[in-house]
Amino acid sequence: MTQTRTHNAASPVTRVLAQGLYETLAMLKNGEQLMVNLAFPIMGLLALNYTAFLDPWAERYGISRIDVAVPGVLALCVLSTALSGQGIATGFDRRYGVLRFISTTPLGKSGLILGKVCAVLTMLALQYFVIGALGQLLGWTATVPGVLLSLPTLLLGAACFTSLGLFIAGTVRAEATLAIVNMAWVLLAALGGILLPTDRYPAAIAPLVDALPSAALGNALRGDYIYQDFFLIPHLILLLSALVFSALCVRFFKWSA
Amino acid sequence: MTIPVLSHQNSARASAPGPALLINSLVKEFKPSKEFAAKNPHRLTEDGLHRAVDGVNLTINRGEVTVLLGANGAGKTTTLACAQGLLKPDGGSVELLGSSPWGASPELRSRVGIMLQDGGLPQHMRPVPLLRHIARMYAQPLDLDALVKRLGIDTFNGTTVRRLSGGQKQRVALAAAIIGQPELLFLDEPTAGLDPQSRSVVFDIISELRDAGVAIVLTTHLLDDAQRIADRVFMIKRGTVVLSGSMAEVLAAGGKNQQTLTFTGGTGLQLVDFLPQAQSDGLVLLEKAAGRYEISGDIKPHHLVALTNYWQKLGAIPTEFTLAPRTLEDIFLELSGNEIR
Repeated sequence: MTQTRTHNAASPVTRVLAQGLYETLAMLKNGEQLMVNLAFPIMGLLALNYTAFLDPWAERYGISRIDVAVPGVLALCVLSTALSGQGIATGFDRRYGVLRFISTTPLGKSGLILGKVCAVLTMLALQYFVIGALGQLLGWTATVPGVLLSLPTLLLGAACFTSLGLFIAGTVRAEATLAIVNMAWVLLAALGGILLPTDRYPAAIAPLVDALPSAALGNALRGDYIYQDFFLIPHLILLLSALVFSALCVRFFKWSA
Repeated sequence: MTIPVLSHQNSARASAPGPALLINSLVKEFKPSKEFAAKNPHRLTEDGLHRAVDGVNLTINRGEVTVLLGANGAGKTTTLACAQGLLKPDGGSVELLGSSPWGASPELRSRVGIMLQDGGLPQHMRPVPLLRHIARMYAQPLDLDALVKRLGIDTFNGTTVRRLSGGQKQRVALAAAIIGQPELLFLDEPTAGLDPQSRSVVFDIISELRDAGVAIVLTTHLLDDAQRIADRVFMIKRGTVVLSGSMAEVLAAGGKNQQTLTFTGGTGLQLVDFLPQAQSDGLVLLEKAAGRYEISGDIKPHHLVALTNYWQKLGAIPTEFTLAPRTLEDIFLELSGNEIR
């Protein structure tokens, strides 16, 4: 090399893709993450398909169980990858000073966040493929409009729950993050309108649950696949939640524990 | 076998003009803990804040190793965190390679290597894949294989960071800090917890980087190591610089004939007769451990005569008796006091 370089940073695209690959591999190599991101959704889909749990809804909508189950399980995947996955990983990285160190390398804070976004999207794509394929085997049919409509919904859901996960990870201790996101995962999956539609909830409670971002994601995905319709209200709830959680992140996220 | 870890491009960049780091009248205040406020009311500002850094001036030159000394809580880490852009100061200015360190661009960050006190390494990773990942952030990283071999990291690559010993983590953190060929390198306790062989390798690497024109800022409590490797010394006490200069200047401070006399033992050695004379001559006396004394300053033959006469009177003989040039540790203890914090 004859010319003197003024800096030694790799290009922004290289840095972000490297971080995205790194975070994706970290998720795929972590047993607990694999369980929450893949094993539980697969088990959930099988359970909902082979039990009569969803029959009341299936009868009400005039469709089969698996058609009710697949959108809910995809919503669960978003919750797993974005909220639990990134929340826990970021919480422990913060505790061990990794975020502080990374922020001193050319990757920096924005590169780290973009890398995490890449990892979440890659993981979601993998989950979509696995759950979609398994759904097909169980009798679900992916339609072109359904799939196309689901993409913006999944992106909004990922944005919303990733920013919520990062907000929790960046403000409380790592152990507390672990407890909060795991508890949230269980409660929201079961009662938060993710797997089960809220239309059989008591009339006083259903609108409250519907206002949660979890139910919004479930309802929006069910709208995309079952009705092949873009439900405006749930999407607005997701958008608003994503904006609020991102603002909270920007304001309160602490890079070192 | 020595594997060169530096490429020629580093020397070219490091020969740029001006100091690598310039800190002027730096001030950083913190809200004190209740415990600190109760114990140290005299150290609080009018607003009830603890001024951890109080007007620090530092100049870090290229091609030099500068050691930053200070007892725990003296303000070293806070000063460096401000210089690295990790903390925003309440006053003063910092020029990091000629630019502001806060909100530094990726380009600027690529020219600075930082080894943090807590390492900052992801616990689940094995060392080499982790270093390979960090290397991807740089356009021209060091040769990873050579670096890993040189630091002996290949001998424990099968282990995740979580299970590494303190010294092994130190070596990985050092590798992570230098892999991007920095012009300015911050090293926090790089030799702590290392076995003698690894320590020697780390010293060699630091020397090579210095010779290639890299500016190196070192913080350590291992004063023997600091004296061996550093060209320039800054000592911080309660947030201010109390001593600065080249290593030679600092060691010679207070006169050219500064020496330290260390002795141990003798029966009931209380130094009673010797004390007034030594103190009036400006010698500093410290009891470094029970029965182990250290006298430093401009030691003259008559001081030795007084001491040996005293021992003769007592019929005692010390088990250890050495006269040596004053060390950095002597100077540090004189300036920082003997109290433990």
